[in-house]
Amino acid sequence: MTGLVIDDVSMTFELPNGGNVEALKNINLQINEGELLSVLGPSGCGKTTLLNILAGFLAPTSGTMAMNGHAITGPHSERGMVFQQGALFEWMNVAKNIGFGPKMKGTPQAEIDAKVTELLGIVGLQDFAEKMIYEMSGGMQQRVALARCLANDPDVILMDEPLGALDALTREKMQSLVLDIWKKTGKTIILITHSVEEALLLGERLLVMAPRPGRVHKEYRLPFAEMGVGADLREVKRHPDFGPKRDEILSMIWDMEEEIMGRTESA
Amino acid sequence: MIQEVFDVIVTTLRMVVGITLIMAVFLLVSMALSFLYGLYSKGRGMTKGYTSLKTVTFGDESAVTANRFASVAAVVTIFLLWCIATGSSLIPTVLPPPFVGETEFEYTARNANGETDTATVLVQVYGSDAERPDEPEALPPGDGFARNDFVQIVERRTKVLKVQNNDEGGKEDGYEVIEINGTPVTRETVVPFAKGEIYVTKQGSLSVRPSTGLTMEALYLPPPEKVWSSFITLNKEGYQGVGLWENVFWSLIRVVIGFSLGCLFGIPLGFAMGLNSWLRGWFDPIVEFMRPVPPLALIPLVIIWFGIGEQGKISLLFLAALWIMTIAARAGVSGVNISKVHAAYSLGATRRQLLTKVILPNSLPEIFTGARVAMGVCWGTVVAAELVAAEKGAGKMIIAASKFSLTDIVIIGIIIIGVIGYGIDVLMRKAENKLVPWKGRG
Repeated sequence: MTGLVIDDVSMTFELPNGGNVEALKNINLQINEGELLSVLGPSGCGKTTLLNILAGFLAPTSGTMAMNGHAITGPHSERGMVFQQGALFEWMNVAKNIGFGPKMKGTPQAEIDAKVTELLGIVGLQDFAEKMIYEMSGGMQQRVALARCLANDPDVILMDEPLGALDALTREKMQSLVLDIWKKTGKTIILITHSVEEALLLGERLLVMAPRPGRVHKEYRLPFAEMGVGADLREVKRHPDFGPKRDEILSMIWDMEEEIMGRTESA
Repeated sequence: MIQEVFDVIVTTLRMVVGITLIMAVFLLVSMALSFLYGLYSKGRGMTKGYTSLKTVTFGDESAVTANRFASVAAVVTIFLLWCIATGSSLIPTVLPPPFVGETEFEYTARNANGETDTATVLVQVYGSDAERPDEPEALPPGDGFARNDFVQIVERRTKVLKVQNNDEGGKEDGYEVIEINGTPVTRETVVPFAKGEIYVTKQGSLSVRPSTGLTMEALYLPPPEKVWSSFITLNKEGYQGVGLWENVFWSLIRVVIGFSLGCLFGIPLGFAMGLNSWLRGWFDPIVEFMRPVPPLALIPLVIIWFGIGEQGKISLLFLAALWIMTIAARAGVSGVNISKVHAAYSLGATRRQLLTKVILPNSLPEIFTGARVAMGVCWGTVVAAELVAAEKGAGKMIIAASKFSLTDIVIIGIIIIGVIGYGIDVLMRKAENKLVPWKGRG
């Protein structure tokens, strides 16, 4: 069985005051190879927890996950991760950051160099190989993070709000880059985001999660990612189906937020 | 007890007044120079650049940088104040110096028979570092029962002159000095004369005090040129058989060894505490207890254990550096962004690779900060330890010199200790910029 299988995963955190929080409850998911999945939901719906479990940083309280037929028990280079910020190594230059994964595996330096050069081209940083991380803008840093993840040739790329801290223009360029990479490499990508537009643009498949307990609320199949490959994303947003979908999901999330607020107030 | 506390309060209040006065003088000079500099830089059109266009500078930290002209002016001011206070020969006289040279006064005495006679006293005042001058040969005795006198006094000192000793009938009851330079005097009064003042004592003798001037005595603060000449001599001959730089070298070598040992054991210890719950629990009470104990408080114990040899001093410096480095390394490990650790594992790093490629470089900025603090503490501690017991070293040199009131050597020592301490910090900062350029820019 290829792809990722999530079988009845639940995650319960114990609070210091003795209570429990059900961050995730009975999640069942099957993610196929090459799928571009975006996950959306209000804060506290457990989407980051789900990603951390998939990456192997957390073990669920119950349930199992399998990747290409074998169980996930910890972090592994088959599942690469792109973080929001601060995960690059400041003491290395761009090229060394990108080549970190292969280097850890003992890949010959010549091979690493070739790989790094190729990836620098893909993310558009040809002239920045020798630059230090702290000399680069936030958008460029996220390009490096993407390239570093790709250098390891993972089967799945997990993205934890990688574009959340970028300004609107940079963000749009990076969204195109993610689509390009998805198309070029055929990797499975799971992207967590706060932005409804981003989820629509970067999800063949879109999961809307709901909080307390964290669960999958609704699932969509969307055409926009396929349209966006190599195209102007602003065109895609003008598509007649885009606006209504966005409004539908937005009001869904609004309702959830209001429900949470109401519950907190009555409590 | 209450009386003692009261005395402390009085002393403190007096100090407040003194400190305020000194600061006021220094700040007045500073303000005057600042005003002049303002005129100068405006006249030269020097206020250019982006900062000069900022309308809000008061409170904008980035608009405040150290004015290097002010720094130089401050050092020069302190040097000039030093020259003025000590009456240095490098600058023209500002404060009146103590009187040195020859002067004289006349006194009139009345003997038991009620007769009066006047005699002259020749006063010879010589410098404290000069040879005692030869006495003038066979002073003319003068006529009458009062005979002329002669007195030699070291500058700033007082000498009691018993004029009655050589006067005819000076030992008889009724003999009395009644006038000095024509001014009538009684016992226990003070009269001025040309270059000082005279106090008529209870016994009727004359206590001669030549003018002390307003400059400081070399015993308390020698003038710069005297310190400089002592420095030249010290450089050539050393002090008590040990060369100046030999002393400094021994202090430095102790610091380097002690600090290195502290790093060698402290950094791995800190890493262990940052990476393992059991080891953190195990070492926590020791580190938390030892950290606030000032290394100086350990000196007595170290002397009891190791004696006054090198081992004791190096152990002390080791202990001074150890806890600082441990805590710095621990903080460095704890400060690793969890995303970096997760990223490294996701990229296929092993635990060993994580330690050497991620945790170690990531904690370097903290380790460097700790190293700078540790170096400063070690340098202070070595000087203090040498004050207590050592055969060689900068601290040993100044404590030995102070026992013989060789203030110039003490001051040279203090200046060298300060310069080296500053030099160490500058070197550490240079190394930091070179080795951890990403510090504070993550």
